[in-house]
Amino acid sequence: MVKVWQKPESLTDKVLHYCPGCTHGIIHKITAEVMDELGIREETIGVAPVGCSVLAYNYFNCDMQQAAHGRAPAVATGIKRVHPDKPVFTYQGDGDLASIGAAEIVHAAARGEKITTVFVNNAIYGMTGGQMAPTSLEKQVTTTSPYGRDLDHAGHPIKVSEMLSTLPGAVYIERVSVHDVPHILKAKKAIKKAFEYQLEGKGFTLVEVLSTCPTNWGIDPVESLDWLKDNMLPYYPLGNFRSPEKEGK
Amino acid sequence: MGKTLMKGNEAIGEAAIQAGCRYFFGYPITPQNEIPAYLARRLPKEDGVFLQAESEVSAINMVYGAAGAGARVMTSSSSPGISLKTEGISYIAGAQLPCVIVNIVRGGPGLGGIQPAQSDYFQAVKGGGHGDYRVVVLAPSTVQELVDLTMDAFEIADYYRNPVMILGDGILGQMMEPVEFKPLNKRDSKEKTWATTGMKDREQNVINSLHMDPEGLENHNLDLQEKYAEITDKEAKSESYKTEDADIVIAAYGTTSRICRTAIDQLREEGIKVGMIRPITLWPFPADAFEEVVDSASKFLTVEMSLGQMVEDVKLAIDGRKPVEFYGRTGGMIPSVEEVKEKVKELVGGEK
Repeated sequence: MVKVWQKPESLTDKVLHYCPGCTHGIIHKITAEVMDELGIREETIGVAPVGCSVLAYNYFNCDMQQAAHGRAPAVATGIKRVHPDKPVFTYQGDGDLASIGAAEIVHAAARGEKITTVFVNNAIYGMTGGQMAPTSLEKQVTTTSPYGRDLDHAGHPIKVSEMLSTLPGAVYIERVSVHDVPHILKAKKAIKKAFEYQLEGKGFTLVEVLSTCPTNWGIDPVESLDWLKDNMLPYYPLGNFRSPEKEGK
Repeated sequence: MGKTLMKGNEAIGEAAIQAGCRYFFGYPITPQNEIPAYLARRLPKEDGVFLQAESEVSAINMVYGAAGAGARVMTSSSSPGISLKTEGISYIAGAQLPCVIVNIVRGGPGLGGIQPAQSDYFQAVKGGGHGDYRVVVLAPSTVQELVDLTMDAFEIADYYRNPVMILGDGILGQMMEPVEFKPLNKRDSKEKTWATTGMKDREQNVINSLHMDPEGLENHNLDLQEKYAEITDKEAKSESYKTEDADIVIAAYGTTSRICRTAIDQLREEGIKVGMIRPITLWPFPADAFEEVVDSASKFLTVEMSLGQMVEDVKLAIDGRKPVEFYGRTGGMIPSVEEVKEKVKELVGGEK
């Protein structure tokens, strides 16, 4: 019998704790597949965040450090400076990266820290139970924006990829989505590129992945994919914001 | 090796290098800026890394990452900066990572001032961050001791897999004294097989302080307590000065102990029997040294550049058996020899 598919070696056998329909599992899988394809699993050191993916160290089958809320890019910086030849990545959600850890990600990018960040944006706080995130959309209802996000009161959702793209140290920034198979394949390609640029020592790389949160959005998994497509894509346009080719690096 | 005249803060930087530290992450704050400045010059020449972080919070988390990756690593700051680092220190203690943290204390609370103080004692020895954890706290009183204790700190940190803090003050950081760099007093530390270096040829290593199962977290804490008990048993260190026949025993550490020493010498000339216990480790607190004199002394006096912090540990060590008095100045004010003498005389007179 021909084996047509197998679980990536870069994932452990542990059962994921994510809610039904959440796309963290897909993002874990494509990240792990990239590590397999590049043959870097045994060298890689990952940093897990605080938030839904706090247990990422249980799932990625490589050396891992768990960081305090928002501090993953600083922890990754410490690791990378000690092991400049090893691939180092952070896996962070939007509360972790765009709110409490905004300074850490901005400065890691500004320094051109040679790490890769997989940034999962589902426009809400998941782990703590559906509060407003810095990425929550206008009028989006959450437990802490019960009447819908009011821009006049809570400010505007942060476009992280666009913001970081203004920094010369950020050599590769791309926003992708995982709401259907073609987009999942594109997302994987982007994550692979980010790791490749890191391995080439080019600078800071980040892939923003638009993701779903059926539990806290309060809609079923299939509708969540549509909600992402209909609501997140217009505000968070997909595409490449920065690449070494564009910058002639 | 001969003696070199060095500024306290720079001596700390050189001691770190001599101890094999090759990574430093920090953020500027007065009065300890000569430490990062010195290491910014020196570390690149030793194939090391000096990196100025965007904040104290980032700096301590860079330390966490580097320590987890197996390196000898240090950060330094002063009081308000250490407050910001306490989040990271709790995580480092929880994940059992070795590192050295220097606090060149200035007056507080809040932004306080930039003059020397000892008012971070509680924060240093009682925690500062959240959770049941301990940091080994070393209190040098001379520039030579800044060197010796900084070098020891790396060995203690590696041996116990625990953060170690050097608690100095603005005077020690800024003063110049002749120092000698002696060979590192190496300990028989285990290899860092737990470090995240890439998992080739072994199982996955995870550096973590999250324990979702309460029983697991309690067990983790009980394990930490066992380690802290061992440290208390083996590492408590102090210096006793003229305590053999002392009627009054002063307790003072760091810069304040130097002032008290002069006061003691002058009081002895006046026939007043006074001595001093100088804690060198503030945690673990050297309670045994107090035990030795608790019967022979009639009174204890704690002198601090704070309004009364270490005095609580002295009282715990004395456990109500003898009176423990306190004298302190704070906010950057330094107790004078005269003030200490006056306080001792008041205590002697009070007995008549």
